[in-house]
Amino acid sequence: MADQARFSALAMEHMSSLYSAALRMTRNPADAEDLVQETYLKAYRGFGGFEEGTNLKAWLYRILTNTYINAYRAKQRRPDETDLDEVEDLYLYRRLGGLEAARASRSAEDELMDLFTEDEVKAALEALPESFRMAVLLADVEGFSYKEIAEILDIPIGTVMSRLHRGRKGLEKLLYEFAVSRRLAEPVPGSAT
Amino acid sequence: MATDPAPLKPHCQDALHEIYHLLAGELDDRKREQIAAHLDDCSPCAEPYDFYAELRRCVQQRCRDTAPPGLLSRIEDALGHEPH
Repeated sequence: MADQARFSALAMEHMSSLYSAALRMTRNPADAEDLVQETYLKAYRGFGGFEEGTNLKAWLYRILTNTYINAYRAKQRRPDETDLDEVEDLYLYRRLGGLEAARASRSAEDELMDLFTEDEVKAALEALPESFRMAVLLADVEGFSYKEIAEILDIPIGTVMSRLHRGRKGLEKLLYEFAVSRRLAEPVPGSAT
Repeated sequence: MATDPAPLKPHCQDALHEIYHLLAGELDDRKREQIAAHLDDCSPCAEPYDFYAELRRCVQQRCRDTAPPGLLSRIEDALGHEPH
């Protein structure tokens, strides 16, 4: 049965990444803390049903996302799935490519880190429509496989892929808007920014 | 400043289309090797690949928050009040 010490030893190491994910979902530190605590309480209560050797982190994320969807989402519905389909492949690269090229290819690594601040990346991710945000968060921040994401969100893998496709494009578009607003890149005529 | 891309060959189109899946480790071995080989031979494709690899790292690193100091003990307390 649920032995608190054993549960804590296994589950608590994931607290900071659950908290980061909760922040991206709720966009509010107090709600994120409550969401993480609620997740751990539910996980603890259900720990008897957790099979050792299966993926504990994915299981915790499943509880986190379900708790969020049930308890918090109603408060802050975001409208619209916008025009993300119009964003073509390599959207951001093509627009920033000139800039990168100008700086030469030597330390592209540091430059990109300079290009977007922590606040910008977080704001861009948090501005994505929710279903896309969750998929991108799980795949590209947390590094879950598409199959794990399908299980966490309880949706078919094809749906995971289409949400990722659109979410990643949306993220590129939002990051590009930051680059434009900081005059790192020029606006593209006809692009809705 | 949007640079006008050169027209793509079918190999390039395929490789570029799979960049995100490749970076996410979601391609099967055969496809991964095929694209890796192409990137070795084709610098116009290797460049955006490096760009998106860096973007992925940037997003990952920028989205790490540390849980506030009191949260762990708050949760441990709450667990302690659960019936055993």
